[in-house]
Amino acid sequence: MGYRVVVDFDLCESNARCMEAAPEVFEVRDDDFLYILDETPPDELRAKVEEAVRLCPKAAVSIADD
Amino acid sequence: MPSIVVVGASLAGLRAVEELRRQGFDGPLTVVGDEPHRPYDRPPLSKQVLAGDWERERLDLTVMADGGLDALDVDWRLGTRAASLDVAERTITLAGASTGRLSFDGLVVATGATPRVLPGHGDLAGIHTLRTLDDCLSVRSVLDASPRRVVVVGAGFIGAEVAATCRGRGFDVTLVEALPVPLERAVGAEVGALTADIHRDHGVDVRLGVGVERIDGADRVEQVQLADGTVLEADLVVVGVGVAPNTGWLSGSGLALDNGVLCDVACLAAPGVVAAGDVARWPSPRFGAALRVEHWDNAVTMGEHAARTLLADLAADGRGSLAVDPYDPVPWFWSDQYDRKIQLAGWASGADEMRVVDGSFDERRFAAIYRKDDRVVGVLAMNRPRQVAIYRKLIEANAAWDEALAQAAAG
Repeated sequence: MGYRVVVDFDLCESNARCMEAAPEVFEVRDDDFLYILDETPPDELRAKVEEAVRLCPKAAVSIADD
Repeated sequence: MPSIVVVGASLAGLRAVEELRRQGFDGPLTVVGDEPHRPYDRPPLSKQVLAGDWERERLDLTVMADGGLDALDVDWRLGTRAASLDVAERTITLAGASTGRLSFDGLVVATGATPRVLPGHGDLAGIHTLRTLDDCLSVRSVLDASPRRVVVVGAGFIGAEVAATCRGRGFDVTLVEALPVPLERAVGAEVGALTADIHRDHGVDVRLGVGVERIDGADRVEQVQLADGTVLEADLVVVGVGVAPNTGWLSGSGLALDNGVLCDVACLAAPGVVAAGDVARWPSPRFGAALRVEHWDNAVTMGEHAARTLLADLAADGRGSLAVDPYDPVPWFWSDQYDRKIQLAGWASGADEMRVVDGSFDERRFAAIYRKDDRVVGVLAMNRPRQVAIYRKLIEANAAWDEALAQAAAG
C-alpha cells in the first residue's frame, strides 16, 4: 500500500529531527527551512519515516495512506 | 501471557506503551496516571497555551497506530496515584480514583518529576508552579484577569519561557534569578548571559544573582522581597526553580534510588522493571556519567528503549538487558523565547572551550560548538537549526574537535 509524507509547514520549526531519522526524505537546508525530498518514499523507508513522525517535537510530520 | 503496568501517563509512558504494542506485545496493559488527563504534550504549556493561542485539543500527542490512543487497548487508571511498589511481590498499591492493588509481570516506571517550590510562603494565592495542564490553566486565568505585575522566580527554561510569554501578552515582568548567570549549567556562561540580554531587550526587568527572601500578602500575593532588600510589587508569582524526580512512592520498594531511579545501561532497574524519562538515571556510555535528562526528546527515545528492554527481559527471565543495545543517545532540547529558538545537542556544561562556527551573538543567530578534551561534545544554536543537525551527527560519532573545525571551515 502506498503512502504519502505530509508536513504541516505552519507547525514545522525546522528542528531537523526528521532529517536525522530519514535523511532520504527530509532535508533542512542552509536557509533553515525543511524540504521534502520524496513525498512518496518506497516501503522500505516507512519505518524511518514513522520514526521521524515520533521524533518531531511539533507533531508537524504525518503519514497519509493512499 | 504476562501483564505490563506503566506508571506515568505522560510522554515517556505513552511512547513506552506504543513501542510495546509495536513490538507485538498483546497482553494486558495498564497505565496509571496521577493527572485526570489522558497523555498530552507539555512544551506548549509555557508558550502557546499560556499565551491563550492554543486549547487542550491541540495538545494531543501523535499516536501512530490506526485508531489512535484507543487502538493501543490500554486500561487507563487516570486520576490515580501509585502509592507504593513491592518489587519482590510484583504489586503496586493505588490511591485516588482507582484503589487497591495491581499485579504485574513487567513494570515501566515513568512518573516524571515535580516542580520544586520556594519554602515559607504559606498558602498565598497567586503563587504558582508550571508543570501540568491544570497548573497552566490556573496561571492563565490569573493572566486573563490582567495582573499589574508578574514576578518570575528562576530564569531556567520554564521561567524564561513564562517570562517571554507574559511579555508577549503585554504584562510587566520581573525575572529573578539567584545565580549570577541564567542557564549557565545548561548552556554555559556566554549563552546564558546572552539570554538575559534578550529578556532585557524585550523589556523584562532582569535581576540576577539575588534570591527571594520572602513573599508577602494578606491572602493573595502582594510583594516579593529579595535578598538584597528590594521589594517587588507582584500579583502573580510563577516559580521555576527546577524539578525533583517523583520517586517518593518507590521508597522501600527494592529499587535503587539516587536523584532518580537508577537503571542499568539498557534502562533496566530490576528484573522485569524498567524506568524512562525525567525520573530515570542511567549510566551513559558516551558521556561516562550517570545522567538524568528532563527533556522532551529523551522521554520519547528512552520510553521506547525501555519498552524493548522490558520485553527482552520478560522473554529472557530477568537477563534481558544483556540482549539489547545500550541506551546511549545524544541529549537534545529546544527552548522558544520571543522569536528566538535555542537548541542544544550534547553537552555545553563543563566544556573546555566554546567556539562560534556560524553567525554571531550580535545577530542573535548563531551556532556554537563545545570541546571537551579533544572531542566535540555539544552544539548550541540560536535560530540556526540546520547547524544543530550537522554537528549532532559528529557528536553522535564521537568525532574529534579537529573534525568539527574542519566541518566549520568547509561551511
